[in-house]
Amino acid sequence: MVPQAWYLLLSALLFGLGIAGFVARRNTLVMFMSVELMLNAANVVFLAAARDHVPARGSACALFVIAVAAAEVAVGLALVLALFRLRKSVQADEVRELRA
Amino acid sequence: MLSETTAFLLFSAIALVGAVNVVTRRNPVHAALWLVGAFLGVAGLFLTLGAGLLGAIQVMVYAGAIMVLFLFVILLLNLDTTPFEGLSIARGASLLATAATVALIAFPFARARELRAAAVPDEPELPATAGNIASILFHQYALPFEVVSLLLLIAMVGAIHLARRPRRDEPT
Repeated sequence: MVPQAWYLLLSALLFGLGIAGFVARRNTLVMFMSVELMLNAANVVFLAAARDHVPARGSACALFVIAVAAAEVAVGLALVLALFRLRKSVQADEVRELRA
Repeated sequence: MLSETTAFLLFSAIALVGAVNVVTRRNPVHAALWLVGAFLGVAGLFLTLGAGLLGAIQVMVYAGAIMVLFLFVILLLNLDTTPFEGLSIARGASLLATAATVALIAFPFARARELRAAAVPDEPELPATAGNIASILFHQYALPFEVVSLLLLIAMVGAIHLARRPRRDEPT
């Protein structure tokens, strides 16, 4: 049986790649993809932690995370569309109206 | 027959290579396609964890629905390859902070022997079958389940409102 710590380490790496993409990229679409990576890493932790205890409960929690991710993508992509209509660009750097 | 360790190494390699390429590809279409690879790797990990239903849902919802949504928006916007996003000092510093954060997360994870020790001891082990998951969802987690359905409705209404083209006579 693969040790639980391996799964946790892997999810930490996936989460880190997600953060790196979110802070280093300026394309809003790729930033949203990075958020999806982070949510996936959270799911790996849920399932790995539940494996030796109550696996069905971990699956139920991961299902909630997937539903939240789907809602987030729908709203996020609508935001990207609205931004593109306003700016003709999806670069996050170009939206700075709120900056003093 | 794949041993569990081999399967874990294979799927985690797929997931990590996919994730690295999502972050580094300059063309958003390529990033989206690598994201499919990362999702499929994670779905394989769900299978090695004995959560077959979640693996199937991962393939259907993420690799199917969410990816199609991403590609649809990219094609709708007709984006070119994004210009090179140089590594400024601020961005380098934020990447360093990222590495520190990951190290802080990974360190206790690597030392964690078993998370079971903190668990309630005399609970029955429920394997992650569709029946068990459904009975948990509709009994113990009935309220969160309803809240999630409300969330999806709100997201749907919000997405339609945000993406709608404004009418001529209304201020933007």
